[in-house]
Parts: sequence; structure tokens; C-alpha cells
Amino acid sequence: MARRLLLSLISAAVASIPLAPGAQQAPAADPPVETQQVAYGRALAVIGDCEGCHNRPGGQAYAGGLPLNTPFGVIYSANITPDRETGIGTWTSDDFWNALHKGVRANGAKLYPAFPYPYFTHATREESDALYAYFRTVAPASYRPPANKLPFPLNIRFLVTFWNMLNFKEDTAPTTGPTRGEHIVRGLGHCGACHTPKTLLGGDKRGHELEGGKLDNWFAPALTGDVRAGLGAWSAADIAEYLKTGRNARANASGSMGDVVSHSTSHMADADVAAIAAYLKSQTARLPTPPAAAPDPKVMAAGQAIYVDQCAACHAVDGKAEPTFFPPLPGAAVTQSRDPTTVIRFILSGTQTVATDARPTPLSMPSFAWKLNDAQVAAVATYVRNSWGNSAPAVSAGDVAGLRRKVAAKPVRKPSASI
Amino acid sequence: MATTLPAVDAVLIGFGWTGAIMAQELTEAGLNVLAIERGDWRDTPTDFSPAYAQDELRYYWRHELFQRLNHDTLTIRNRTSETALPMRRLGSFLLGSGVGGAGVHWNGQVWRFLPSDLKARSHNLERYGRKAVPDEMTIQDYGVSYDDLEPYYDKFEYLCGVSGKAGNLKGAIQPGGDPFEGPRQREYPNPPLEMPYAPTLFGQAAAGLGRHPFPHPAANMSRPYTNPLGVQLGACTYCGFCEKYACGNYSKASAQTTILPVLMRKKTFTLRTNSEVVKINLSPDGKTATGVTYLDEKGQEFEQPAELVVLSAYILHNVRLLLLSGIGKPYDPATGEGVVGRNYAYQITSSVNVFFNDKILNPFVGAGALGTIVNDFNGDNFDHSGLGFIGGGYVGMLQTGARPIETHNTPDGVPKWGAAWKAAVARDYLKTATISTHGAVMSHRGNYLDLDPTYKDVLGRPLLRMTFDFTDNEHRMSDYLTDRAAEIGRAMGGREIKVNYRKGSWDVVPYQTTHNTGGAIMGDDPKTSFTNRYLQSWDVPNLFVLGATAFPQNAGYNPTGTVAALAYHAADAIRTRYLKASRQPLVQA
Repeated sequence: MARRLLLSLISAAVASIPLAPGAQQAPAADPPVETQQVAYGRALAVIGDCEGCHNRPGGQAYAGGLPLNTPFGVIYSANITPDRETGIGTWTSDDFWNALHKGVRANGAKLYPAFPYPYFTHATREESDALYAYFRTVAPASYRPPANKLPFPLNIRFLVTFWNMLNFKEDTAPTTGPTRGEHIVRGLGHCGACHTPKTLLGGDKRGHELEGGKLDNWFAPALTGDVRAGLGAWSAADIAEYLKTGRNARANASGSMGDVVSHSTSHMADADVAAIAAYLKSQTARLPTPPAAAPDPKVMAAGQAIYVDQCAACHAVDGKAEPTFFPPLPGAAVTQSRDPTTVIRFILSGTQTVATDARPTPLSMPSFAWKLNDAQVAAVATYVRNSWGNSAPAVSAGDVAGLRRKVAAKPVRKPSASI
Repeated sequence: MATTLPAVDAVLIGFGWTGAIMAQELTEAGLNVLAIERGDWRDTPTDFSPAYAQDELRYYWRHELFQRLNHDTLTIRNRTSETALPMRRLGSFLLGSGVGGAGVHWNGQVWRFLPSDLKARSHNLERYGRKAVPDEMTIQDYGVSYDDLEPYYDKFEYLCGVSGKAGNLKGAIQPGGDPFEGPRQREYPNPPLEMPYAPTLFGQAAAGLGRHPFPHPAANMSRPYTNPLGVQLGACTYCGFCEKYACGNYSKASAQTTILPVLMRKKTFTLRTNSEVVKINLSPDGKTATGVTYLDEKGQEFEQPAELVVLSAYILHNVRLLLLSGIGKPYDPATGEGVVGRNYAYQITSSVNVFFNDKILNPFVGAGALGTIVNDFNGDNFDHSGLGFIGGGYVGMLQTGARPIETHNTPDGVPKWGAAWKAAVARDYLKTATISTHGAVMSHRGNYLDLDPTYKDVLGRPLLRMTFDFTDNEHRMSDYLTDRAAEIGRAMGGREIKVNYRKGSWDVVPYQTTHNTGGAIMGDDPKTSFTNRYLQSWDVPNLFVLGATAFPQNAGYNPTGTVAALAYHAADAIRTRYLKASRQPLVQA
């Protein structure tokens, strides 16, 4: 018997609409009217991408339990449903405000900054209260997330006090200005949590906001005006299209950013997306990436041969691919970032463009981990980083080997059926 | 004991092209739809990644994409005087399995039948008289006209992003297209694929003989395309691995690349894979389907009640499930009575190889429906008077990619193995072009499907038995087509040609086409058809049977375009009429 025990149930959920053909349809009960404050809170929860961390696969909404891989250990997100035992059902709006604003739990314990209160501190009290009101309305879930896996002494929450002294500045008078875009990007949107480089302690590097950061074996590209490695070549409309639909003529959102688009930006109000785009376009290239030294021609030749065989079917021989479908490589920030982690990871593990209502096709790039060795991945990565006008430091086989271990990039190849 | 599940509005049995089309249409109508598929979940880019999909040994020679015959197969014989035997390996046709069905490994050849194909009986009687249709030839009219189906052909072509050139726009013949086709309301959504050298030479030779060559309409993308559902496909790379393979490059239309990205996001749609429907359940009076019984992968039995049951598996499975469920009167070839299993038909193919000395043709460049076709001898596009047959087929040069293990054409006189064979293959591989003919098979009283009296599947149920052979009509027609192909082959100016006629009885071994048809056909009369023109069962009005199962006889075209058009036609009738008068027959018998 050759029945593979694969996915036996692909369920897009069982609908509860009892619409028997031709049968008399019972009038639907009116949904409870959502107060203006709750609706506002719901929209803010989208902006904050709360479910990005507080939903675990298969879990109830906002019940937490998603493992967050920080450089210091694994932290599990909290249950923020109004369950009184395991969630935040006993919290007051002041407690909620203190968590958001100061990183302090209702019981006074310090929250780990995996919860991005250094950004959320810029939310206003009105916004905090709206979020609080919204989270009171979600279904309570009785679920206690696993204990964090942090080594001593990091498992002592009190030490966060010292971290805060170095890395956290409470916003004592948060406002919604000066622009809506800045308020979202620096506040609830917490874009810098990924896109700002970090200190050894995991705090934001002062003065380097949005210059690109590395987190959980991804490198989030710069959002500054850097033409090669940032958004310098993008228009505000490009940025808005990317956030709203998950792709544009220059790039596709996948990996962690795919999750952000899926849970957050694709559901934001158009005006908010436009405001983010306008703010990001106001960021100058503070440290433009200079052209890198030309790589070894032998490596480039090897990389080109691999590229033509393995990559050109989708990305085309000239790298231009099919904009809004297969992402072009010339000029791409992911390709040219100073840190090659993301481009190596795409080649090793493959990736999938996020599907949205506007762009429902979940485009997949296959894994090449089983097919290309470290030197071959390094060569083709170096090639795409230095062709068609691109320029970025060469990738070494050691870079690839290190990431291969970390992301456990094993052969991703459908096993043959036994017949 | 079966576990009874909560009822759904509609249950679909089988989840290939027609299942996906119907699920999309019924969920749009607001229904809560469940599809049950016995094979695996499969997505094309992830399960058939372009990093390894071009694996000839794995997918073709070891049949990985095809039905697992140790679970379920069929028995085959040429005539009722023989004992049918169970097939442990299939060759003539290759049945699909899993999500997307055979639509995952198809070529992407999208055709419309000729207006006259859809009324084969009345048309031929009218033009050629009583003698043209012998008593043993049980052909019928479809009950739908080309004009009825035109909007639905169009809908499928735009869903798939077909690359082609119209030959007849609202009655006006267009240069470069097929002048014989029925009138279409608009141009194909994409221009034709780039034509390789050999099919270009074929087109020139055919035109020189007064034929009317045109590019084959292809569900292989000539450019990036976004379909009306918002699903995107990418330009074909001509890798040569469509036919019998899955495309992980988003370049070949399949349920996965055209419908599922939208359908799978719907909350009103559920898919259960690795679950096999074993029976369609009926009410005690036998007039209403109450749902289905299925087994999950662990063998647990479930009863799934549903208001509407849609049978959307491959034709052989559709017919077998009707027989196993006791729905409709089984066909008896002795009396000619009964409707389930009636009018099974197939197609007949042949080929002509053209060998060149001086032309490098790069035959490994290919796509499933890439090539040049002439329809001068298809259907009733030519006068059959005095020819001794009806029907026809297309003659064309398709360059699907000369995959190395499969492709080794050698001229007459070359040994079948050894040094001389190797030398001929090496000399001719790059310089050989093949013309194929793709002919209709008319239905015949002795060709039918029923349950095998001896052999059972893994669940202990009788296998389907196929009784089929080509008749004189098919052989005469195929020989005629092959001679026309040879004329074009000679005119191409090669060193020599080799003509491969289809001789003798139908043989299950060599691959021919996976275009099995009939067995629960559509029509105007409940005595001679299983469904009405909307694919609705005459006996059980809340049961619809989709697929080529409905074809009263086959045509000289690949069937998928018509299969899809009939599914859309049925879906439209369900949406606009059936749901407004539940369980009522859409046509009064």
C-alpha cells in the first residue's frame, strides 16, 4: 500500500451559513454593534500587527504561544485574550497602558523587549484605551504559553531594568504627530524592530534608524533613501502597493515581511499606507552603500553558469524577471544589502510570496539546499549581487555554511512515491 | 459504523478541473461546498518545483503522477467474446490522481469542438443520408449547440490564458487562425507561443498544399497573464516537460494555477484529500441523492449528507461510481438498452516522422501545445462522400519536447537495438520532426463500460471493465488522415519519411491519448442518455455528472475545452435556475 500519510484535511474552514438551496433562509441575527472605540482599537491592532506575534499556528486568536527566536533565547508570546486566568482578563486600562507604554506587567514585573514597547511607548493614551477596549471583545482563550527558554541570568526579569536604562526612553508626552506616517512607523507599526540595526544587547542602534537589521536569520533591508540597499528608487506609490498587495514591480514580500503584509499592512486603511509611504520617502540615505569591490571573475563565471541553469526560468537571463510576479533582481534591496543573509536564505530554503486578496497567487521559489553546495550558493549569490548594475560584497562559502546550519536547510524535495 | 457529518449544500466527488470549476462557481453562488478527493493535496510550484520537476524517469517511466493501480485499476478487453484482464500498468491512457487530476499532467491543448461535432448524428444523416450512420454506430447529438457553449468556451479560455490566434471572429475569417472553427466572440487572451523551426516548416509545406495551418491554441503562457479571478501565470520557458509532467513554473494552466489560489481562501469551501467516496447515497424512493459515503485515509467510514451531489471525477471513475451506487440502468450491449456505461469512446492516433540531413531542429525545445495544426480534415470540414467513414481529426506538428529517454525515432530499416540503432539515434535526434494525427472515435454498440464480474479493488469492490475496439470507420478515417499527413511530410523536403499507421485492434500498451469519453452521456432522451443537456441526471435531479463522461461520442480534438465549457454551462444552469427551484429537473423528460 503506497498511501502517503500527507495532509488529509485541507480545510478552508467549515462555514456555518445554513444556506440550503431553495430553502427558506432564516434571517441572520444582527451582529452586536461595535462601538466606535472598539472599531478604532481593531484598526490599531492591525497597524500594530498584534496577531503576527500573539497568534500561534492552530491556536485561538491572540492566545499567544508563538515562539520568538531572539538572539538571547526563545520567548513565547503572551495570551492577550480577556481570559482571567491565563490572559489579561483582570487587567485594567491602566495596566494595559503601563504594558504598552513602559513595558511593565500588571503585577509590576518587567516585560522582555521582544514585546516592542520601545516603539509602543509612542502610542497615545487614547490609542491604548481603544486597543484595550478591542481586546476585551475577543474570545477568551484558556491557554498558558510555554515557559521562555532563556539562559541565566537573562531569565531574571528584573535585569530588564538595566536594559531599559540603556535602550529604552519612555515617551512622556506621546502625540499622533508630527505626521501620521511617522507616528505609525516609529510607534505601533514598530518597523524598526526588524529594520533598524541592533546593538549587542539587542537595542536599536541610535542614529541608525531603519538602516536595515538582522533578526531571526533574516536581514530586513534598509528603509532609508539608499538607492541600492533601501527605498531610494521606489516611489511612494511603489511602497503603498507593496504594503497593500504584497508585491510591486520591484519586489515581492515573503518570509517575515510576508507575515507582516498578511496580518497587518494589507488590512490597513489606504490613507495609513499612504502616510507610511510618504514618511519612508522622507528618509534620506544617511549612509549610502558604496559600490563594493569587484568580485573574483572566476566566482562570477561560476555563479553565472548556475544562475542560467537554475534561476533564469523565473528571474530571466537578464534578471528582469516578470515584475509583480517573479521579482526582478537588478536594483533589488534584498539582493544588494550589506548583509547577504536573506538572499542566501532564499536560495537555500526557498520562499513564498504572500498571497493577498489583491494578489491571490502564493508564488513559491523552490529550495536549492539539496542541489547546490555552499560554494555554489555563494557563487550564485555573489553573481546576482554584482550583475546588471548591482554591487554588493561577495558572499563566502562560510557565510552559506553558517546559515545552512542555523536554518537547518535540509533537502526540500518531494519524496518519491513508492509504487 | 459510519460517522454522519454535518450536512453541506453541495458535495463534489473528485477535485480536478471540473471539480475546481464547479466549486468556484457554487461558492460564488453562496453555497457551502465540500470537495472530496481520493488522492493527495498537490500544489504545482512546491510539489513539482522547477528545481527537479523535469525528471523523466520519476514522473513518466515510473508513473508517479498517475493513478496507483495497486489500489484500483480496470480490466480491459477488445470484445465481449474475450475475458477482460486487470491492468497492472497502463500505457494507452494515463489516469491522473490527486488534486488537480489529470489537469496537472496535461499538455494544455485547448480546443472547441466544431458546431457539427455537437450534432454528429443529425448532421451526418442530413448531409450523407441514412447509410452514413450504420445501425451499430450509436452516435447522438449532444443536446447543446455550439452557440449555447460559446460563452463557456470563452470563459475557460480566459481563465487559462490561452495563447492562440482566432480564425473566426463573429463570422469573419481571420488570417493566421483556424478558418474552420466556429465563430468566437473575441480573440484569445494571449498571442500564440513562439513557433519553433520544425512546426514552421510544417506550416509552410501544408500551406503549399493548399491546407490552412495555424498555431495550436495553448494553455501554455506566451506571456505573463492575470486571469479574471486575479490569479497570475508566468511566461512559458519552453522546457519541454508539460506532457505527462506538472509545471512548477506557473506557465501551464491547471486548477492549481488558475482557480485554487482564490478558492482555497474562501471560508465556504472545504477540501478533504486522501478520502475516497465509495457510494452515492439515495433516498428510499431512489429519486434523491442524500449525500455520499467516503473512507478517509485510515479507512474510517463517514457519511456526508448534501443537498446537491456533483460527480466530478475522471470519466472511468464517474461511470464506476454510478454502477456501484446502483444509479441508472446499466447498459446491455446485447439489447442496446440501458444508459450507464453506454457509448464509451476514445480517439485514434497515428504519426509520420520526417528525417532531415541538413536541418537542426532542436526538438528538446517544447511546450505541451506548441505547434502548427491543420484542421482541413477534422470533423466534417471536408466532403466525406464515397470515403466510407464519418468524422476526422487534426493533423499537426506538435513540439512538446523530445525528452531523451522517450524520444528515439529512427527510419525504416534501422534495427531495434545495437550499434546501428545507436548510430541512427545519434544521427537523427536533432534532425527529426514528427507529424501526428488525432482522430475522432464514433460510439459503437459493442464499445461500453460495466463492472467486472471477477476482479476487485483493494476495498473489495468490482473493478470497472472496458470493452473497446476500433471499428472500420475509425481505421478508414485514420488511414485517410495519415495519408494526408504523409503528403505534408513529403512536402517538407526531408531525407525520408516514415509513416506509422494505426493498424489492428486497440492495444492498451503504447501511449495514445488520455481522452476516454462517454459512459453516462448527455442527450435529449432519458432512454438513450444519462443526463439532460445540463449534465443533470434524469433519474436523480440533485445529481450532476461532469466531465467527458457526457460526450455521446468523441471528436477529433482534445476534450478539455469542451469538458470545461459543459461544466460552466451546467454551473450556470444550477446558479440561475436549479437553486431557484430546488431539486427540480431542468428539462422535463
